[in-house]
Amino acid sequence: MEKTLKKDPAQKAGTAIAACLIAALYIFLILLDNVLPANSFTLMLIPVLKKGAIYSLICVSMNLLNGFTGLFSLGQAGFLLVGAYTYAIFSIPADQHAAVYQYFDGGAVGFSIPEALGKALGENAGNFLGAVVCIIIAGLVAAAFAALIGIPVLRLKSDYLAIATLGFAEIIRAIFQWNGLGPVTNGSNMLRKYTNFSAIKIGDIKLATAFPFFISMICIALIVLLIHSSYGRAFKAVRDDEVAAEAMGISLFKHKMLSFVISSFFAGVGGALLAMYQTTIQASAFKSAMTYEILLIVVIGGIGSVSGSCIASFLYIACNEWWLRFLDSGSFFGLSVPFFRDGFRKVVFSVLIMVIVLFFSRGIMGDRELSFAGLLRRHKKKAASGAEGGGQA
Amino acid sequence: MSEKKPVLHVENITMQFGGVMAVNNLSLDVPEGQIIALIGPNGAGKTTAFNCITGVYEPTNGLVEFCGLPMVRNFPHGKMKKQYQGEFADKYAHDPVIKPSPDKITELGIARTFQNIRLWKSMTVFDNVLTAKHMRADQNVFSATFRTNAREEKRMREETEALLAEQDLLQYRDELATSLPYGLQRRLEIARALATSPKLLLLDEPAAGMNPQETAELAAFIQQIRQEYDLTIFLIEHHMDLVMQISDYIYVIDFGSEIARGVPQAIQNDQRVIDAYLGVSEE
Repeated sequence: MEKTLKKDPAQKAGTAIAACLIAALYIFLILLDNVLPANSFTLMLIPVLKKGAIYSLICVSMNLLNGFTGLFSLGQAGFLLVGAYTYAIFSIPADQHAAVYQYFDGGAVGFSIPEALGKALGENAGNFLGAVVCIIIAGLVAAAFAALIGIPVLRLKSDYLAIATLGFAEIIRAIFQWNGLGPVTNGSNMLRKYTNFSAIKIGDIKLATAFPFFISMICIALIVLLIHSSYGRAFKAVRDDEVAAEAMGISLFKHKMLSFVISSFFAGVGGALLAMYQTTIQASAFKSAMTYEILLIVVIGGIGSVSGSCIASFLYIACNEWWLRFLDSGSFFGLSVPFFRDGFRKVVFSVLIMVIVLFFSRGIMGDRELSFAGLLRRHKKKAASGAEGGGQA
Repeated sequence: MSEKKPVLHVENITMQFGGVMAVNNLSLDVPEGQIIALIGPNGAGKTTAFNCITGVYEPTNGLVEFCGLPMVRNFPHGKMKKQYQGEFADKYAHDPVIKPSPDKITELGIARTFQNIRLWKSMTVFDNVLTAKHMRADQNVFSATFRTNAREEKRMREETEALLAEQDLLQYRDELATSLPYGLQRRLEIARALATSPKLLLLDEPAAGMNPQETAELAAFIQQIRQEYDLTIFLIEHHMDLVMQISDYIYVIDFGSEIARGVPQAIQNDQRVIDAYLGVSEE
């Protein structure tokens, strides 16, 4: 019993290292936004960091469903869309409604949450809190959609579930593009001018990059807490063996629904952050290809590994937006390469992905987690065995 | 026998798949505190009968009562109405259908093990037992995520620890469940079933794949847990030694129908049972 109650030193040291690293990361991000000069390096780095943080959350939310509960759902793009739209609709400033909803007489929503809060608390605080409130509402609306869709869909198994959720995601996209809902969703036109990352400040300190990290980190921490709780264990039981789980009193429908709704809540939050990042959104962008992209990152990172999903998100986004850009540019270190033209990046990417799926099918992390405590323990073991070997020699 | 209600009362259970009668008009009683066995040759319908009791299948006709209260009840309706070949088609038609899901039945106090061991593969021995305690824990998803159920979680962990110690499994607590030797996996599956605090334990071929020594140990183990946990046990088994040694009463089925019932000595000498197992000679 002592073993579980007392924390071992490696655990303590690991927590301390993690806390220091997180603090250092935030200091770096704030410096990046405020002090460091804008050059070609930071201009690439900042968007990659922002998008990487957002995709981490989105991928972890999908991993909760696919990796930890064993539900092969392909509806993530739909919930991202719901989240993104909900966020945008509630945060477009009132005086911009006429411009944004120009084909729908200024739209049906006459208020903006950041603006309303801004009147009471000052502009900066209003933007920050307003964004947070809108993000939470975005998550809740996505979760509500998931609860409705889940009732018929979660009775299906494996491939059928995937097909049904994929279908629902497409239906959601079609509904949001429908002109009848134009006063709210602006039909097939884009939504813009809502609160984005550049409006998030405390005093004079810009938090454009730190903010998505902040929200993602809180959400991922919540998901990790859930996974390590009694409910997380029940989810894994459902994944490992449904029949045994049910026979041990774990209600399949209740737990699948919980996982689906929670995953969709965080997908909604991710969608809201994505909307903030992109500054304009349009329903037509949330195609099933987006779900596949997310699924791909989850597979590369390792199904059933939260840290794997995060690492893979940053790697994928960095490669896609930055490191492999030269493949599209027509030149390589000054040499002109004729077949390096638009689209070649995607070809290389496809090959890379095939290699990963064929030879590293368990992904970067498999179902393990990266932890500093674990690394420390391994290091100590190595050192100890090294010392023993030395003693014998 | 006193007129106490049996823990499990099965009445006219029939399970028809298409034209096949997997279980035909099976009735049996499992009195409190006893070990009752259901035996029969391969394909006799024993596991199907178990699945009807635990809610995995919805029986075509019949009634199951648990501690005197109806738990499962059905009559041939829908497209089964025309196809039904069994008896007593009208007996239960006047009462509403009851078809709880397996988790509801476990909640009432019936736990089971499986013929082909079904442990949660990616989990450790400790987590396998701990997860089975999830059902009875006083918590919700928020209190679990935000750790306001810490006391409940601690209680579950301590109980799991104690249960593993009682079952001599504590030394394997951090190993993957599937890395244990076969006999211990069986024992872990029983420990996991006990973690749901059952009144009635259903064992589906607990001695399958065991050697004679392991089987003897299992017999002692089953009798021991019945004593310690105040259990009633209903088991399916092939191993005649085990069944004859530990059961208080035996039901024999073949081709879905009951062919004999009685105390072990009577069953051992019953000609119909011997015929069912060894086949009837031509003359």
